Amino acid sequence: MKDIVYDYRTINYLVRDKWAVLSGVVIIAYVILGLISNFKFADYALTATVSNSYLPPSFDSIELIFGTDLFGRSVLLKTLCGAYTAIKVGLIAVFISIPIGVVLGLVAGYFGGLVDDVVVWFYSTIASIPNIILLIAFTYVLGRGISSVYIALGLTTWIGLARLVRAEVMREKETEYVLGARALGARSSRIIFRHVLPNLRHLVTVTFSVQFIHAVKAEVILSFLGLGAYGTPSWGVMINDSKQELVRGIWWQLAAASGAMFLLVLAFNVFSDSFEHVWDPKVK
Amino acid sequence: MRRYFLRKILHSLSIIFGVALIIFTLFHVIGGDPVYEILGKYANAERAQDLRNEYGLNKPLWTQFILYLKQIVTFDYGRSYATRQSISEILSNGIGPSLSLTLPAFVITTVLAVSISLFSAFFRGKLTDRLILLLSVLGMSVPVLAYILFGQYFLAYKLGLFPISGYAHSLGERISYLVLPVLIWIVINLGYDVRYFRVFISKELNQDYVRTARAKGLSEVSVFTKHILRNSLVPILTNVVIQIPFLILGSLLIENFFSIPGLGSVIVDAINSRDFPVIKAMTTLVSMLFIIGHLITDLLYAVVDPRIKIQ
Repeated sequence: MKDIVYDYRTINYLVRDKWAVLSGVVIIAYVILGLISNFKFADYALTATVSNSYLPPSFDSIELIFGTDLFGRSVLLKTLCGAYTAIKVGLIAVFISIPIGVVLGLVAGYFGGLVDDVVVWFYSTIASIPNIILLIAFTYVLGRGISSVYIALGLTTWIGLARLVRAEVMREKETEYVLGARALGARSSRIIFRHVLPNLRHLVTVTFSVQFIHAVKAEVILSFLGLGAYGTPSWGVMINDSKQELVRGIWWQLAAASGAMFLLVLAFNVFSDSFEHVWDPKVK
Repeated sequence: MRRYFLRKILHSLSIIFGVALIIFTLFHVIGGDPVYEILGKYANAERAQDLRNEYGLNKPLWTQFILYLKQIVTFDYGRSYATRQSISEILSNGIGPSLSLTLPAFVITTVLAVSISLFSAFFRGKLTDRLILLLSVLGMSVPVLAYILFGQYFLAYKLGLFPISGYAHSLGERISYLVLPVLIWIVINLGYDVRYFRVFISKELNQDYVRTARAKGLSEVSVFTKHILRNSLVPILTNVVIQIPFLILGSLLIENFFSIPGLGSVIVDAINSRDFPVIKAMTTLVSMLFIIGHLITDLLYAVVDPRIKIQ
């Protein structure tokens, strides 16, 4: 029964929710545009043409729609390649942190006892270090570069999910169908993979959105602090550049990077809201 | 009661040990030898050796770890590499400016967010409610840096409503510098808080006592302001209180932009000058304060509500 709920009802609800569809379309558009521009224009986006320095936005050509930066590079192309960087950071960070969170939460919740104590101690410890400081320390230690950012994010953001999964597994463990399976002689591995794990999908999906947003925002802040992206187009680097440009009235780089980030984060926020409503109609 | 206190204190000590272990591993094992990074272009073998001696980096790892534990207990983190100032002095100088930014901002944000989410829940499902939730989501999605740059550029630079940046030690002058940063902090955090608190309030809406209050013939307004507000304040405050230790950290970005000499600025400066002893001390200090703050909250709750001890 629970398996069917995920497949039909969830998708059915999401398709009928026009906001979910719209935000899904926006996210997919970002992914496609980011991929295309990264593979087609990444070199071009970083090629300097000094004579075109700080051209204001104009409709003369598509590349000039958001103007150019100090080195005459198209802000539009930089923004699109920045989308690729943001999505890459978000995805890799999430793919590191979700398995850690699920496995530790599952093990702690299912086996309890000493294992549980150790896992809880471990995540309480990491949760006691303010996340932004831990991220800074991590990226500082690992050295500047975009790969430090997603390793740092991946290794520090699994705690919320581990907590949720642990609580959920502790609850699942006492449900009648799990007790029933055990009475029929099912081994732990079968109970975990067949019965418990499928029921964690909604937690994982919602966490995915939340952590993706967190990763995108953190990338921008770390790049801004000079600890993140280096030599790759990034919204954080663009916003950092615009700090000096604003006083001279050059606003387009800031506007393009912030606007692009706003829309992506908004789409994820709306999507995770719709998803949560499908799963928990009480939260309204 | 005493046993509960003892257990909580022991638990906190184990967490403190864990945090120390993680930070130490991060900086001394994963990070490797930082001296060339710190010295940069002035590096030579002799200077590198001096620096290793000063920070005890040539001792065996376990001796270094014990020295680090000693630093935590004595609150003496040695000297900053970049400025040669004592790190504990840098940190204690930074707490005041950080708090004068974050404390008023935090209090105002919390009060506003509780009021708005209560207001929103009062009109649940109606246009007002949806508008508030829509605005919260929009507000949450705007990048933090965009708020800061926009606020500083338009409100301070273009319109001249506020000083562009700066900080003063006399209280009266300080306020004029802090208005805009506080305002920006509020705008950044309000959306999150409204949505977060709204969930707690929603959970109270269908409780039995609400039905009883309505059945008694109380007006909807007094059901909300007297009964629902008071009951939802318990979970809200629990979540608010644990954030307080983080306030001394200030805000990295706001402090940096508005030249407020708080701990946030200390970190940003330390990153720029590759001042690893300061970053390490900062990470340690804020975590320790968080653990201690958490412990005090737990103990106070047990005093206020004896049921908690049983868990």
